[in-house]
Order: sequence, then structure tokens, then C-alpha cells
Amino acid sequence: MKKPDRSLSLLGWPAFLWFLIFLIGPLLLVLMTSFFKRGLYGGIDWQFSFQSYVRIFNAIYFDIFWKSLKLSFLTTALCLLIGFPMAWAMATATTTRRVVYVFLLSIPFLMNLIIRVFAIRLFVGYDGPLVQLLTWLHVDFDHYVMTQNQILVLYGMVTSYLPFMVFPIYTALEKFDFSLIEANADLGGNSMDALFKILIPNTRQAIANGCLLVFVPTLGEFVIPDLLGGAKNMLAGNLITEQFLKSRDWPFGAALSVVLTIILCALAYGISAWGKPHQEKED
Amino acid sequence: MEKHRPRAPAWCFAILFIVLILLYFPLFYMMAGSLVEKTTDELRLTLRWYQDIMSDRELQDALVRSLIVAVCNGLLSTILGASAAITIMRSRFRFKRSLQTLSTISLVMPELVFALSLLSWFFILKLQLSLLTVIIAHVSFSLSFTLLVIMSRLSSLDFSIEEAAQDLGASSWVILRKITLPLLRPALGTAFILAFLLSFDDFLITFFTGGVGSDTLPIKLYASMKIGHTPKLNALSTLMILFSISFIIILARSKSFKDLLSSSSESAQRE
Repeated sequence: MKKPDRSLSLLGWPAFLWFLIFLIGPLLLVLMTSFFKRGLYGGIDWQFSFQSYVRIFNAIYFDIFWKSLKLSFLTTALCLLIGFPMAWAMATATTTRRVVYVFLLSIPFLMNLIIRVFAIRLFVGYDGPLVQLLTWLHVDFDHYVMTQNQILVLYGMVTSYLPFMVFPIYTALEKFDFSLIEANADLGGNSMDALFKILIPNTRQAIANGCLLVFVPTLGEFVIPDLLGGAKNMLAGNLITEQFLKSRDWPFGAALSVVLTIILCALAYGISAWGKPHQEKED
Repeated sequence: MEKHRPRAPAWCFAILFIVLILLYFPLFYMMAGSLVEKTTDELRLTLRWYQDIMSDRELQDALVRSLIVAVCNGLLSTILGASAAITIMRSRFRFKRSLQTLSTISLVMPELVFALSLLSWFFILKLQLSLLTVIIAHVSFSLSFTLLVIMSRLSSLDFSIEEAAQDLGASSWVILRKITLPLLRPALGTAFILAFLLSFDDFLITFFTGGVGSDTLPIKLYASMKIGHTPKLNALSTLMILFSISFIIILARSKSFKDLLSSSSESAQRE
């Protein structure tokens, strides 16, 4: 290998400084802000206080956090429930088909989120195709219920974040030794045995990665609940955004985001810990 | 040759197809809506909504702003990412590890926290929110992506060419200019397109860090969606989708992007 050169290390400074100034600086600022008081006209009053953190335990805010957590859990669970069979099907398709499936799944998710949400809204909205289908089938329902509600938020979340679950599992299954499945069939096991006794235990790491990739962005999601949920279905992301852009209570918003980040880190740690020990036992 | 794979049960394929239909049907429905004019009793094919877009000054301004931000972001984050990647892979930079950690932090940070932390930072620095702050914010989140693309390409380059040049007495800067950078050119292109696309499609970070008069296309789209649906929005979305897809196809065909995908899935396996 080539001997590393000291003078080349000059090149590292711009990116390093950029990260320090525009990543670490801002994050530390948020942490600091959360311990100050709100200024009279918004902004920050430089007085140390815990009041923002105390406020979080107010029932309303606590409730919003709890609702967001539940929704993120539900989204992750649904993504796993739908995503695993999808990944399994994709991994056992022919080689050319596999490429096509990956491509088809990645296009919508590389597209602008706003546009995807807009399309969903048109699809389920007043006089959209879903409503027409239901009318045609003579299903009784309230026409306005479809425009903004929690089910819709859940639907939007699942369709938006599903690829994040499918891709890690798919890559793991793609390299999986499928002779184990054949052995299972030879020994009289059915497809449920294959799923629960072979595939899932052997892809724990990938499942954990997928859950992380879905859970982290959904907990802070702002656009989907904002456009599909309406004002009644406020989630943590909307609450935080409101503090910064509308009520201009930055210390409270900062405290909320610190709490959000801590929850995320704790859960991320838990999920990845779940993915790991099993493999060590096997080794 | 690949070993035989027993196919997944039929219900797995059923789920796959249903999901694909659910993903695409709304999009096609929206695209179809952009070509149709609804009168009281009939549907008519029309290009009216596209003509409306073409004559809309505000949208054109937003498009220009989107492009300015995306190009500046692409250039800046590719240059910064490339120099950081070269440092990490080819030198004895003291903060190599911290540089990688910083890039990981920016990758896993919830987008919302990223956005609002930058907003408060600009406020403290007394920077007026403008296109400049939007560009700075975009570079901060794209940088880790370009860094990853270029690093994975560097790791698959053949060291021996650079070694040979060194044995023949070339200085490391000459090697960088004459060998490494030319070999990296495709990866630099991929990094640029990726950063361009990330920036062009970004909503949340622009929403927080943009000021009055720095609305990009996604912001305009969001604002008009809040007001209500018009077929013009369908047309605008359709155009944006087609624009993004053409870039995605360029990306998908590039070698360095495939390198990145395979290397990231391998590292996920190893962990």
C-alpha cells in the first residue's frame, strides 16, 4: 500500500470545519437553547431555566409524544409485516426480475415526498378513485372522513417508508443460502416453518436495520401528518415545527427536539441490540 | 451460475404486486389528471394546465431558484466530499476518524432536528435567511452522501497505479492531479447528480432555512397544496417527477452508485 502523505491532509480541513460549523455548532446550540427561557417577543432570553423541560410533562404535549410513538411503532410493525414477504418474493424471483423489482420500488421513494403525498390525497380525496370505487360497491361511508384522518397518515407513512424496510431485508435474503429452505421442504416443513424457523432468525440484523430506518424518520415526520392528518392529528414533528415557525417558542421547541433525539437514540440502541446478540450466540 | 432458489409462497408475490399497484396507481392517476379538463358533463384531453405552468412567472422564478440551489449544492458538496474522501483514504489526517463520525451523525440525524438546529444557528449568527442559507443547509446534509459515494469508489480503485507513480518519484499532489482525480471522474459525476437530486427534491430543510422570496419548487408546491387542488398542480408534479426520474436513471446506470449500494449492503451484513 501507498505510504500516506501528510501534505494531502490539508484537503480534509474544509469538510471537517464545515461539519463543525454547520452540524455540531447548531446541534450544541439547540441543546443550550433548551435550557434557556423564551424571550418576550420570541427568540431567546439568556436565563438558565428548566421550564421548557417541565412543560413537556404537561398532559397535552405528553399525549402528542405518546401518539407519535404509537404511530411510529405501528408504521414500523406494518412495514415489517408487509415488507418481509415482499423481500422474500423479490429475493426468490429470477435475476432479471429482481433488478426490475428493485428499480420499481426505488423510483417512488426517490421522488419528492410532497408529490407522493399529493398523489395519495388525490387518490383518496373527495371524488377520487377510491371514493368512487366505494360508492360503486355501495359501501356506506362519510365522504369527508376520507380527506384527513389518522388512518390516512398511517397509510402515507407506510407507503413512504416501506422501501427502507424492504431493501435491507432484500439484500440479506439475496445472499441467503436457500438450500436451507429446500432442506426444510425435504424434511416436511411448510412455508411457515421456513419463514419463522429459518428466514427470520437468520436475517435478524437486516430486520433490525430496516426497523431503524423506518422508525427514526417516522418519529420526526412533519410533512405526512401535516398534509394528510390535518390540525386534529398533531404529532411530535408538527408540534416541534410549530414552536419554531409559528409560536416562536424556541427554547420549548429545542427541549422537545432534545427529548425526541434522546428517545430515538434509546430506541435505536435497543433495536440494534436486538439484532446483534443472536448472531454472537450462533458463532 | 446461481443455485436454485425455491420460490417464496404465492401470497408473498401477491403482497408484492398489491404494494406495487398501490404505489403506482395514485401516481398514474395524478399524471392522468394533468392531461384532462373536467367540465360539467364531459372529460376532455388538454394541455392547458401545462400551458398555464409555462406562463406562470412565479413558478419560473421558483424553478430558477431550485436550479441555482441544486447546482451550487452539487458543486460545493462534491468538492468538499471529494477532498474529504481523499483525505480519509489517502492521507494521515489527524481527524480522520472524527470526520467519519461527523458524517455518520449528519446521516442519522432526524431531518427535522437538522433543519431547526440550522435555523437557530443562522439566527444566532445574524444571517438573513435567503438562498445562501438554503444552500449552506443543503450542503450540510448532502456532504455525507457525496463523501460516501466517492469513498466507496476510492476503495475500489487500484492502488498499484498510484504506487507505481510514487516509486517513479511523483509527489502526492501530482499523483492526485494526474491519476486519482481522472480515475475518480465518474464518481464525481455520480456524487454531483446525487447531491443535485437531494437538493432539488428537498422540502423540509428548505422550509426551515429559506426566507421570504427564496421559495423553491417543492415549497411552492406545498404552499399551493395547502390552498387546494387544481389540475395545474398535477401538471407541475408530473413535470417534476419526469425530471427526477431522468436523473434517477442516470444515477442507477452509473458504476459508482452500484459500488456504493453493494458496499453498503456488505457492511450491513458484516456488522
